[in-house]
Amino acid sequence: MRPLLRRAPLAASTLVVASALAVAACSSSGSSSPSSSSSSSGSSGSSGSSGSSGSGTAKSGLKVFVIPKNLGNPYFTTADSKGTGGALAAIGSLGDTGTETSGTAATSASQIPAVQAAITKGANALVVSATDPTALCPTLNGAIKRKIPVVTYDSDAPGCRSLFINQASTSAIGTSEVDLLAKEIGSSGDIGIVSAAASATNQNAWIGFMKQELTKYPKMKLVATVYGNDDPATATQVTQGLLEQYPSIKGIISPTTVGILAAAGVLDSAKYRGKVQLTGLGTPDSMKKYVSDGTVKAFELWNPANLGYLAGYAAADIAGGALTVKPGATFKAGKLGTFTIGADNTVLLGPPTVFDSANIGKFNF
Amino acid sequence: MEPDDVRRRPRPALGRAALARPFLRWETGLVVVVIVVAIAGSALSPEFFTANNLFNLGLNTGEVAIMALPMTLIIITGEIDLSVESTLGMSSALLGVLWADHWPMPAIFVVIAVVGAAAGAVNGLLVTRAGLPSLAVTIGTLALYRGIALILLGPRTVASFPAAYTNAGTTAIPHTDLPYSIGIFIVAAVIFGVVLHATPFGRSIYAMGDNAEAAMFSGLRVKRVKTSLFVISGLASALAGVLFTFRLNTAVQDNGTGLSLDVVAIVLLAGVSIFGGKGSIAGVFLAVLAFAGLQNALLLTNFNQEAMGLVTGGLLLVSVFVPNAAMFVRQLRRAVTRSAPRPGEPALSTPRKDT
Repeated sequence: MRPLLRRAPLAASTLVVASALAVAACSSSGSSSPSSSSSSSGSSGSSGSSGSSGSGTAKSGLKVFVIPKNLGNPYFTTADSKGTGGALAAIGSLGDTGTETSGTAATSASQIPAVQAAITKGANALVVSATDPTALCPTLNGAIKRKIPVVTYDSDAPGCRSLFINQASTSAIGTSEVDLLAKEIGSSGDIGIVSAAASATNQNAWIGFMKQELTKYPKMKLVATVYGNDDPATATQVTQGLLEQYPSIKGIISPTTVGILAAAGVLDSAKYRGKVQLTGLGTPDSMKKYVSDGTVKAFELWNPANLGYLAGYAAADIAGGALTVKPGATFKAGKLGTFTIGADNTVLLGPPTVFDSANIGKFNF
Repeated sequence: MEPDDVRRRPRPALGRAALARPFLRWETGLVVVVIVVAIAGSALSPEFFTANNLFNLGLNTGEVAIMALPMTLIIITGEIDLSVESTLGMSSALLGVLWADHWPMPAIFVVIAVVGAAAGAVNGLLVTRAGLPSLAVTIGTLALYRGIALILLGPRTVASFPAAYTNAGTTAIPHTDLPYSIGIFIVAAVIFGVVLHATPFGRSIYAMGDNAEAAMFSGLRVKRVKTSLFVISGLASALAGVLFTFRLNTAVQDNGTGLSLDVVAIVLLAGVSIFGGKGSIAGVFLAVLAFAGLQNALLLTNFNQEAMGLVTGGLLLVSVFVPNAAMFVRQLRRAVTRSAPRPGEPALSTPRKDT
């Protein structure tokens, strides 16, 4: 017990010193607050002046931070990287410095510190895919308050961004998939849909547009929609059931990456290959095998690199003063051409990219 | 008994060693680390020392810091609580579910406090009454409590919390630059410091960490004290869950995943011995500053965040190794001299002798 008794007062005195230090630290941070606010108003002042000089030549040499949901995610690596022609390529082409940063987990708790650090580092613009809009909003609004434009891509944060780059319109996905399948089956025959969950809003919206588009093809008949719940085993099962119940089926649409992969697995046999066509939304990496062996001719998805490129380009343009965000405004985004800002300050990337045996090797996500 | 004996060998009381001791204290080293981190941080970014950045730094560390206080006491008794992040998650899930069910906020807080205390009590009773190792028990409840959070909330996200509460999660205490969570941590740290360093209860915590059996025979209520520490840890984690949820304005079932590692890393960085019996709240305070400052500084240097785990893990290992380096060297030396072959005797068959 002796050493304990001796240690107590010593440690207690250290504690007193430490808390005194803490108080001093707090008060010093408090007193540094005016100087910090002046320095921050200095930086926001410079970006503010770039905004006002928007009518003149655009500024370059700006710092643009690209903040995906998480790092190490192949989809975002494609969307952001310079090598793939993503966001960093667009930012670099404008003479600005692009930096990709985020947390390692796709959670707001992990993403928020990265956003805060980007602001602290004097970001002139942010490109963000929001993990959780409600959690991120206070931080993003903090950026907007400091006159740092926030461009969201892939996942929007409504109410706390300057501009949202929408990867694909609901109607374009629905109609283009029917058109794709119609081409493959000669616009005639029974077809089925393998969806995700029966309650999935986006799936049902797409299917709604598919039904509308099918009225253009009187010889094509939608016989059943089945639900695989985005679970590989369930999706496989319901696809098999669909084919057994309707042996006349000529084509299947699966507007979900999990569903299309499972359906491709079912169709990958001598019994069905070439006889039943499949299309929908899929990722090139997962579908390569089925495209090369002829099970699947073509499927689609938006091109993440183009999505990132457009977001990076728009962010750099807004920060540099070349683009003022308002509905109806148009801007030229390098290799992608001209875009118009739509209602609710949203820009549509365009029709989804179709992947087939000719181009699938070029994509890696 | 031998390793125990080696570890707690009385320090030499005379000579240069005694004079140098205040300078060799772990906490002194931590002060240096904090200063180095602060200098490096401000060198890396002119905005490191702005009120805004320090506020963010505090905001992102508050919950972990609060959970580190009871963890310190638990580790000093020679136990550990790895379930804190799941208790946080369970508290967050409860907050979401009950708020979505239109419960009044004060009633929700009461339920969360009770559940948090119960979660700690389950840990404590399994460790003290069933005599199970706390490492195994709290790894079990780490999974169990996360499972409860998942069942409570499912894949739902609840984000409709009242602004009065979520504002408290993202704004500073009036007239300061401190987030509420850090304010709570400072007050709690002072209370924990007084209790640990200036009361018989605190001394009993050190005593049972030094030698639980001796502590029990000298009349200390080891089981009761340990159980109460686990209950306090459960309560603190539940509070951290509420703060976490309001800060992010989001209740999801995976809230707080991975934070236990940060909590343990801070406590060990604070110089608390993983073997028990040693550590101080001042150290924890400094370790929080060092840890938060380091993480923030790394973020400010486009340091590859995928490698952030290297820093946390490396820090943890260094914190365990350095204070025990002397012991390792002593043991190694003893092992070498003992296994040195004596004349006429093969080296490896030396019979073990107790010193």
